[in-house]
Formats: sequence, C-alpha cells, structure tokens
Amino acid sequence: MNMPRFWREIQGRYNLIGSRCGNCGDYFFPKRDICPKCHRKSIGKMDAVKLGGSGKIVSYTVVHDAHPEYSDMKPYVMAIIELDEGVRLTSQIVDCSPEEVRTGMRVRATFRKLAEDGKEGVIFYGYKFRPE
Amino acid sequence: MRDVAVIGIGITKFGELWERSFRDIGIEAGIKAINDAGISGSDIDALYIGNMSAGAFIRQEHVAALIADYVGLAQTSHIPAIRVEAAGASGAVAFREAFLSIASGMHDIVVVGGAEKMTDIGDEMANAVQGMAIDQEWETVFGATYASLHAMMARAHMEKYGTTREQLAMVSVINHRHGALNPDAQFRREINVDTVLRSGMVAEPLRVFDMCPLSDGAATIVLASMDAAKKFTDRIVKVRGIGQGSDTIALHDRRDITTIDATVYAAKRAYDMAGIKAKDVDVAEVYDSSTISEIMAIEDLGFFEKGTGGKAVEEERIALGNEIPVNTSGGLKSRGHPVGATGIAQIVEIVKQLRGEADGRQVKDAKIGLAHAIGGTGGTAVVSILEGCE
Repeated sequence: MNMPRFWREIQGRYNLIGSRCGNCGDYFFPKRDICPKCHRKSIGKMDAVKLGGSGKIVSYTVVHDAHPEYSDMKPYVMAIIELDEGVRLTSQIVDCSPEEVRTGMRVRATFRKLAEDGKEGVIFYGYKFRPE
Repeated sequence: MRDVAVIGIGITKFGELWERSFRDIGIEAGIKAINDAGISGSDIDALYIGNMSAGAFIRQEHVAALIADYVGLAQTSHIPAIRVEAAGASGAVAFREAFLSIASGMHDIVVVGGAEKMTDIGDEMANAVQGMAIDQEWETVFGATYASLHAMMARAHMEKYGTTREQLAMVSVINHRHGALNPDAQFRREINVDTVLRSGMVAEPLRVFDMCPLSDGAATIVLASMDAAKKFTDRIVKVRGIGQGSDTIALHDRRDITTIDATVYAAKRAYDMAGIKAKDVDVAEVYDSSTISEIMAIEDLGFFEKGTGGKAVEEERIALGNEIPVNTSGGLKSRGHPVGATGIAQIVEIVKQLRGEADGRQVKDAKIGLAHAIGGTGGTAVVSILEGCE
C-alpha cells in the first residue's frame, strides 16, 4: 500500500476527528458527509469535531488467530467501544491483561503504533484504548 | 411482475479441489444445471455470476465473460454476462438480479451461477481476502479479523440472552450431522460438542469448529419465466418471494450487534412478497459463517423468538426430522463455503428438498423452502423463498 492510504486518515486515526450533524446534533466517527437520520437536510452541515476519547466497552474478544501484520501481538484484545458522545468504534484494548477486560469497562484512547506494512513498508499509527 | 421458476440446478463437490481450476468448476456446475433443465445454449438469454474476489483469490477478474466463453456462449450467442459481488451474499444477490431480469420481462431464460476458488493461495492470504468484506479502514487496520467480529457478536448474545458455549457448539454438531448425509459436502464426518470445545481458539469465545472453512466450489441455477419453464419441465419450483436488505459495513455502527437488521428487513420483504409467515417454512438454508451467525439467523428470520435461538438449537428443533430443519446440506460449516458460490448452493439444496431429491437428508413433505445469505458481518442480507409445484 502507498503512503496516501494512511496519511489521508491521519485526522481520524491520530486525533479522533469525527463529524457532528448541524441538523440533529448527533456525532459520527469516522467523518461522514451525510447524516443517516437527516439525509439531505444535513448536507453541508456535517461539522468536523474532535471526540473526547473516553468511553466504555460494548463487547470484546481475545484474538488468537490474527492477520500476519498483527501476529506478534497475539493474543490481543479487540473491542467495540462506545464513546461518551454516543459513537462506536473498533479498537484494541492495551495496558491490561486480557483477563481484566469486561463489558462495560471504562476505557480511554491512547496513541500507538498499529502495525507495519511488511519489513520495508509504511508503519501506521492510530488509537488503541486502555483502562481509564 | 412475471412469475419466475427454477428449472435446473447443478453443483460441484465442495472442498479443497486442488486438481481443478476456477473455470473447471464453474463449467461443471453449469453443464449439470443446463442438462438438468433440458435446455440448450441457444435458449439462454443471459448469464449472472456471483463471485466475491477472483481478483485476489486467483488473480483473474472479468470472470463472467470467462465463464460465458468456456460454456460456449460468448462466441456464438454473445449473451450478456454479468458478475455480481456482495461478499458472502454474492451468489444470493446474483440470484435476485437474475430473478429481476426475468420478472421484468427483459429475459425468458437465465443462468445464474456462483463460484469461488479459494485454495490457490495460502490459508493466511485466503483469510485476509475473505476478511476484505469487513471495513478495512476502520476495523481491519486496528487488528480486527472476520472471526473476531463474530466473537464480539457471540459474547454480546451470550451476555444479553444467556446463550451458552455448548449451544453454539451444537450448531456445528447438527450441521456436521447433516453434512455427513450430503455427498457434495466438504466435511462428511460427524462431530460432538467436545470436538468443538477442544478445537483451537480463534477469537474468544469462538474456536476453529465454530467457523466455516475455506473452500472451492461452484453451483448453478437455471431460471425461467413460468411460461417458458412449462415448455421444459414439470418439476417446477417457483420463486415465491425474494428480499434484500443492507446495513452499516462496520459492525460497531449497528443498532444492536445481537441482531442482523439486514436479515430482518430482507426477511420481511420476502415474506410479504410470498404472502407467508415464518411458521409456513418447511426447510431452510441459513448463513452459518460462524455458529453465532446461525443462532442469530434463526431468530432474525422469525423461526424462534429473539434470544431463544440457542435454546432451540440445544433442543435440536432445527435438526432433520424435527420442527424446522435448517442447513440440511451441512451449511457453510460442513458443506463448505466457497464464498461466491454459497448463495447459489443454498438455493440448489432448497430446490432438491422441494423436488424430493435430497435422498438421505430429505425433509418429508417439504413444500416451502427459504434460503438466507449474508455479506460481511451483515452489511448485506438476502432471503429467497421457493415453493415446489406439483
């Protein structure tokens, strides 16, 4: 993969920049150009917004069979997290043992290396979450 | 809309077919279906192919033209050949498109096939390609795998409804029991709950035997307008209803990760079109890419109340001989899951059941059958309802 695939997502992956619908006030992540509730009323009103990065675990799993780029991290915890703004995302849970992870646990975003695209490829970064 | 009927079916054996190429299996299923229907090449108006990722699996795109060529229809009739992609629902969406092309009056006889050749690349790569159906930029890049998303659905279902680890295992046990009766199935060995619980961990709580395999295989159906169908056969299976639904591509954006809303909407559309209810279905093929997928499917299709799917499986209400036999073919787990072929293979099984040709796995007096396929973790779902006509 070439660099642009990764750097164009820097706003979202590094800084948790999502969107807020100027019509209904709902938050979205990653950014969207159209609010799925307001449709055309939202066009041009989807404002960039930085999310707080705190939330709770909705569901999680411990991954034992991973794609090659992630194999040296296994077993690792993947979770669906609901941020306090109400938006959900998928991320790893780090800085705790898999046994400590629970549904409903409070977590906070932290900036980490995600993986690398082979030995000579791009290293890509983004958020992971750890216990709050 | 015109009535549409299935007049021919064909399927290859599913499995690791190392000695056979994509075109070999595509042609085999096609010839079987055409012979079964009793049509000849000049009768065919169009060809639809469900295929998820030939480009990544065999480094060949443009596969609809390829199949049209090797079935001998490209140079003579120059028929339209259309490839359809919707991940695991590719075959099912192709079936719906083929149905619409006849119902609309555009075509009279259409061949719709599904094919995937997944073992020309290594398992690691094949898993990665299959995983391309999930959101690459907002799920995969953070370390999520296809199985890990199913695992999160499973845990949520267990925590919300009390579904147990053993109930999940029973899905696999029953599908293997059925698959053992299907000569075309990839795995024809019965297993027990221990087999599942002792298999390697993939993503907690799901293990190897909770997940469908990588497979090669192809299946084909010949569809005709009811008027055209009557000229070729008296073993007519009518397409009574067909519904498709969509949802967010990323699992985390769904309203509820213990329900596949795309299935709920597809089912409602199909039931309404057919004018039937879930309780009228005699036999069903549902999408068990993982054991939790099947439990959610039998709930979302209305066979069992939401949250009671695990218990229904434990009580074997979905096993052959019981209330509503599900996945008599063995399902994705035991019959195999060549991604693009699955949606067509499911309908082939339903047609066999409705014609009374399912041999040792025949559901007695099956009149109405349902096939259900999903793309990704539920971004696409298709439900087709068929009825056998004497």
